[in-house]
Amino acid sequence: MAKKPDLLPGTLDMLILKTLARGPLHGYGIAQSIKRLSEDVLTVEEGSLYPALQRLLLAGWLKGEWKMSETNRRARFYTLTRAGRKQLGVEISEFEQMIAAIGRVLAAPEEA
Amino acid sequence: MLSGFLKRLMLFVRRGRFRSDLDEEMAFHRAQAEREFAAQGMKAEEARYAAMRQFGNATRLREKSEEVVGFRVETVFQDVSFALRQLRRNPGFGLMAVLILALGMGVSVAIFGFVDAALIEPLPYAQPNRLVDVTEMAPGWPRSNLSLPDYEDWKRMNTTLSSLEAYGYTGYLLRMGLTTEPVNAGRVSDGFFRTLGVKPILGRNFLPGEDRPGGAKIVILPYGTWQKRFSGRANVIGQSVSLDGNNYTIVGVLPRNFVFAPEGSAEFWVPLLDKNGCDQRRDCHNLFGMGRLRDGVTVGAARADFKRIAAQLEAQYPQSNKGQGAFVQPLAELIVGDVRPILLTLLAGALLLLVIACVNVASLLLVRSESRRREIAVRGALGATRARLVRQLVTEGLLLAGAGCAAGLLIAMWTMMLLTNLVPKPMAEGMPFLSSVGLNAHTGWFAAGVALLAALLLAATPALRLAGTDVDLRNALSEGRHGSAGRFWRRLGSNLVVVELTIAVVLLAGAGLLGKSFYKLLHVEFGFDTTHLVTMDVMARSDHYKTVDQMVALYRQIEQRLQELPGVESAGITTDLPVGCNCDTNWIRIPGKPYNGQHNEVNDRQVSPEYLPALKAKLIRGRMFTENDDASHPQVIVINEALAKKYFPGEDPIGQKIADYKLDSDSIAEIVGVVGNVREGGLEQDIWPAEYEAIYRAKDTYFSVVVRTQGDEKALLPGIVSTIKKIDPEIGIQNEQTMEQQIDSTQAALLHRFATWLVGVFAALALVLGVVGLYGVIAYSVSQRTREIGVRMALGAQRGSVYALVMRQALVLTVVGLGLGLVCSVAASVLMRKMLFGVEAWDLPTLLAVVVVLGAAALAASFLPAHRAASVNPTEALRAE
Repeated sequence: MAKKPDLLPGTLDMLILKTLARGPLHGYGIAQSIKRLSEDVLTVEEGSLYPALQRLLLAGWLKGEWKMSETNRRARFYTLTRAGRKQLGVEISEFEQMIAAIGRVLAAPEEA
Repeated sequence: MLSGFLKRLMLFVRRGRFRSDLDEEMAFHRAQAEREFAAQGMKAEEARYAAMRQFGNATRLREKSEEVVGFRVETVFQDVSFALRQLRRNPGFGLMAVLILALGMGVSVAIFGFVDAALIEPLPYAQPNRLVDVTEMAPGWPRSNLSLPDYEDWKRMNTTLSSLEAYGYTGYLLRMGLTTEPVNAGRVSDGFFRTLGVKPILGRNFLPGEDRPGGAKIVILPYGTWQKRFSGRANVIGQSVSLDGNNYTIVGVLPRNFVFAPEGSAEFWVPLLDKNGCDQRRDCHNLFGMGRLRDGVTVGAARADFKRIAAQLEAQYPQSNKGQGAFVQPLAELIVGDVRPILLTLLAGALLLLVIACVNVASLLLVRSESRRREIAVRGALGATRARLVRQLVTEGLLLAGAGCAAGLLIAMWTMMLLTNLVPKPMAEGMPFLSSVGLNAHTGWFAAGVALLAALLLAATPALRLAGTDVDLRNALSEGRHGSAGRFWRRLGSNLVVVELTIAVVLLAGAGLLGKSFYKLLHVEFGFDTTHLVTMDVMARSDHYKTVDQMVALYRQIEQRLQELPGVESAGITTDLPVGCNCDTNWIRIPGKPYNGQHNEVNDRQVSPEYLPALKAKLIRGRMFTENDDASHPQVIVINEALAKKYFPGEDPIGQKIADYKLDSDSIAEIVGVVGNVREGGLEQDIWPAEYEAIYRAKDTYFSVVVRTQGDEKALLPGIVSTIKKIDPEIGIQNEQTMEQQIDSTQAALLHRFATWLVGVFAALALVLGVVGLYGVIAYSVSQRTREIGVRMALGAQRGSVYALVMRQALVLTVVGLGLGLVCSVAASVLMRKMLFGVEAWDLPTLLAVVVVLGAAALAASFLPAHRAASVNPTEALRAE
């Protein structure tokens, strides 16, 4: 079975933070949102998602709250904290720096 | 950082809640996915499976989440409980491993306890490594006693010691109430205890000047005497005690832990005081010296200092001090020098046993991990990572090591107690360190080190095994081939077995050599019949028997009364019993022969006419003593063969004369007989020239009695003692025993017996472990090759060739192990040459015996699996997989 491309290391946290910057969501919602917005290119595997959420909770960038979902079931909704919002900024700027650097490498003319 | 830790702690405390939260969250996730799939048109059932498939292994996922937040404590708990479950499922394996490990560890920690107490823990004195043993040195006698006049000069003239003290042995008849009994005592110079740094717990020390002639008769009690004879009463200070009829005032009581090994049996300590006959002579050596080095002075410098003084005294007193040098060594050397080689040998043996035990358990683990390949593969296929699997195996190893070490500590404590109690009392008195053998900081650290090593080994073996084989899980799971992994294990396992066999050979050879030494020691040439002989030391009041006539009357009466006893063949009297020491010597000179002043040292004993015949000493020429050889007749002497050979080579000594080195007229005696060499010195010592004088001319109040009996000599002992006591109730009798008991309890015999037994036990254990290891490897190899053997037999291989196939493998391992072991054991024996007696390190019969024993055991061990292999039913073997 062909494997989908992995996320760049470290980018999952950023994507989760970014997704939550638009408003509280539960785990399934976060995965769906990333999938939809990336037009099905990025699939967040559950095996990575929940450990990542625990990590972010532990770092204090997220808060989790049990609420009723749209299907009337209890679900844990994650909200970005103030520290998390700051961290998102840091991660985005770091990511952009890296993309720019990669871009420069790729843009270099090929020499014969 | 800290808040993160606190959060983790919170989560850990509330981990039940954490888990249920996570479960609910994931269930929600699955439900949502299922709905989605259903919305896309899947049937409910299919949707559910799709969601589950997408979600993957929920448990694994939870573990991953827990790893993020947890301490990993949980996985450790899991590992431990799993390991315990594994061990419970196979208790034989666990028990075996723990037992073997405990044995190896227990024995090595116990022996280390002795090594530590004797060689590492200092003596119980102030700054013990500054204390030195100072004595004279004579030709053929590296450490000889010190004469009082020499001691006084040495004390005055030396510049390297801050103090030099003298001590000597003495004995008294102690009278308490109505009973009189002989006691050993120490005679010391006044600063003796102060130099050791020992302060009495009651009363006071001897004061400077209190050891001078004419001083008050005072005594200091060791703690034991105070407890035993004075019930530990606090008011003993100032009371008096009757020694040899004189009243001595008790001035002090020594601390409980005080012991001075060279005089371990002393029950009283008295100052030197009045000079006895020997004290007054520069040529009579009856003391030893003990001193404390000045700051910054080395033992070597002190030795040079005393050698210089000895040379000076030799020039000043050419007669008495001719050839008398000085000997200085650390005091610790005097006390533990004899046991050091034995202890080190035992420690080496115990460590080898520990290695063999660890290797054995490691190979057990290997075999097990091999048979668990399928289980491990299944767990790997279910998502366990390599690290997790290794951790599981490491946990099992650690668990075994932990249990083994705990049990090992118990064995160690028990062994230390057992061995301490096994040391006979007279020997224990010379080993003050025995009381400090036990679990303490040093042994604790040693045990911890051993435990750590064992844990490392047991953890590393299966981990390496897992890493080294590069498990192809799918392959292992299908159990298609045993090939590569089996080979790896076989090689490692075989190497381990070779190590075990090599060590077993070394220990067996060591035990064999020690055993042979011990046998030779007990069967040295004695020069007399050691069976049916009882001996005892007798002490009479010197103030009751003042003249030669009185004394000789006592000698005669004792002999006569004893001879009248039923069962007694003969009884004799001597000043020194045989198998004692080359000591109590005389310097002789042969009148009429050239003499340049050297000290011709010969053992000198005064004996009664019945003594040599009672021993059954062999008369070679001339005659023995008769009743007439007393003070009223010319002085005659009997010499041993060694003296005849050395001083009268090629001559007939009978009729010749012997005198002391000063040629005193009353010392000149005519030689009337030559007897075979009676062993006067210790078992391991050389035979010295000896002269026997007639005791009927002397008035020694301290003498020994030998009695030859017809039947059981032990049964006659009490009757003999009471017979002598009846002659004079104030006579003291000590050390009554049979000659065989006396020989068995000499220091040389005891040390050799101890070493032989212990190394023998080590060797037996090593043999068993090594052979079991060999059996394990061969049996495993057979079980792995069942299919191959089946194919061979199906193709027409005979049973005999299957036997040969298996036995060949065992033979190769055994031969390699034996070869390596023999080389190592010769090297090891050379190292322990000091402890061998009458045996060369490369003693062929011993090595041959080892080869036979180990070879036979190894073949027997491999015969079982070979038999199993040969009885393989080809059809079943082929169907088995």
